[in-house]
Amino acid sequence: MISAFLLVLRRELTVAVRRWSDLVMPLMFFIIVCTLFPLAVGQDIEMLNNIGPGAIWVAALLATLLSLNSLFRDDFEDGTLEQLALDKEPLSFMLLAKTIAHWLVTELPLVVLSPVLVLAFGMPVDAIPGLVLTLLAGTPALSLIGSVGAALTAGLRQASGLLALLLLPLTVPVLIFGARAADLAASGQSIAGPLYLLGGISVLALTLAPFATAAAVRVSLD
Amino acid sequence: MWTWFHKLASPPHFYRTATVLEPWLFWPALILLGIGLYGGLIVAPADYMQGDGYRIIYVHVPSSYLSMFSYVTMAVASAIGLIWRMKLAFCVAVACAPIGAAFTFLSLVTGAIWGQPMWGTWWVWDPRLTSQLILFFLYLGYMFLRQALAETRQADRASGVLAVVGVVNIPIIHFSVEWWNSLHQPASLSKLEAPSIAADMLWPLLVMILAYQLLMLALLMTGIRAQVLEREKNARWVGELIGREGRGA
Repeated sequence: MISAFLLVLRRELTVAVRRWSDLVMPLMFFIIVCTLFPLAVGQDIEMLNNIGPGAIWVAALLATLLSLNSLFRDDFEDGTLEQLALDKEPLSFMLLAKTIAHWLVTELPLVVLSPVLVLAFGMPVDAIPGLVLTLLAGTPALSLIGSVGAALTAGLRQASGLLALLLLPLTVPVLIFGARAADLAASGQSIAGPLYLLGGISVLALTLAPFATAAAVRVSLD
Repeated sequence: MWTWFHKLASPPHFYRTATVLEPWLFWPALILLGIGLYGGLIVAPADYMQGDGYRIIYVHVPSSYLSMFSYVTMAVASAIGLIWRMKLAFCVAVACAPIGAAFTFLSLVTGAIWGQPMWGTWWVWDPRLTSQLILFFLYLGYMFLRQALAETRQADRASGVLAVVGVVNIPIIHFSVEWWNSLHQPASLSKLEAPSIAADMLWPLLVMILAYQLLMLALLMTGIRAQVLEREKNARWVGELIGREGRGA
């Protein structure tokens, strides 16, 4: 079971590296959304400082949403998902491998890139570790909850609007705790409380979401 | 003892049961609605602080309660449908969605109308308001997902998964929204003066809640009947039913 898991993980990562444009797109989107905030609200550094943590979290959420569109699409179309579902290994476990690959490929680069944006929003350098921690703790939940929505809409064309409608209400807690912790980090306070809650949501999502994703994939394959 | 349960799983029986129940729910709902409105708008005294404005709670509180009740019903029905593969459970879930969405919308609108004179603003980012808005989006997501999936069986199960995931998430959403607000600023605006409400203001409210509950169930029966007919449109008993009613008319 473990070897099958690793096999799926490795396959996903190989596919992602070979198709690097898909890999870079959410990252570009993340940067662009962050750029739009100063352009829209003006370049008053005080204000940017205030909205920075929230803006980075909103951008991360939107970038995740963009990338989730194609999470299961190709595998659905070329029959890979069907093979996974027919396999004797548990489908939820195999899909977890795909979701982890999604996190490594799209969320991790966002986390790595986020310090640059912290500086771009004029937040203090001390805020960087805090913000990176909140993204590290919260983005797994985004990938996991997102995988449920992606699985539900896998068979549909033009599902991006629907996916947003399905997922945004469900990801509200992650956004609230993430932005709140980032806000605390930016003002130099302890982020422990919201950070633990974020981690808790991620762990809860890790335990429950794969089963929902597997059920949703089976529905889509019907 | 299980025969009634098995009977419930048969569409014609289910349809007949819903047909029989419908008027028994609808007319009491209407009568209670009349009593409740009379009690709320005429008998109950004006509030010494809010004047007559508080009377909107007689429509606001029941709608808010039913917006949540409908969601739980929808999720429980979906879970039953997913676990026991009971097709009729999905009829109940599907019928719940528009009713629940309508009550959520009503609760948001009446809240805003009450908020304008009392709080001086149509909308505040209060935890209750925000979670209600999110609930509204969940209902919309459920209905749009069903729209997008052409095949009924697939739409049933996909939207069922969504409803169940949503119900797991709702307490977390509610809790997070409350927590989010309490850290930002304490609400400077007081909400309903909960239990300390005068008896002659309270009884119309309870009557209204009961009336809304019955009305919701009556509407649910109508929705269920429509769903059963739609799904069984090629079945013989539907043909016989329509033929009989056609001759009777």
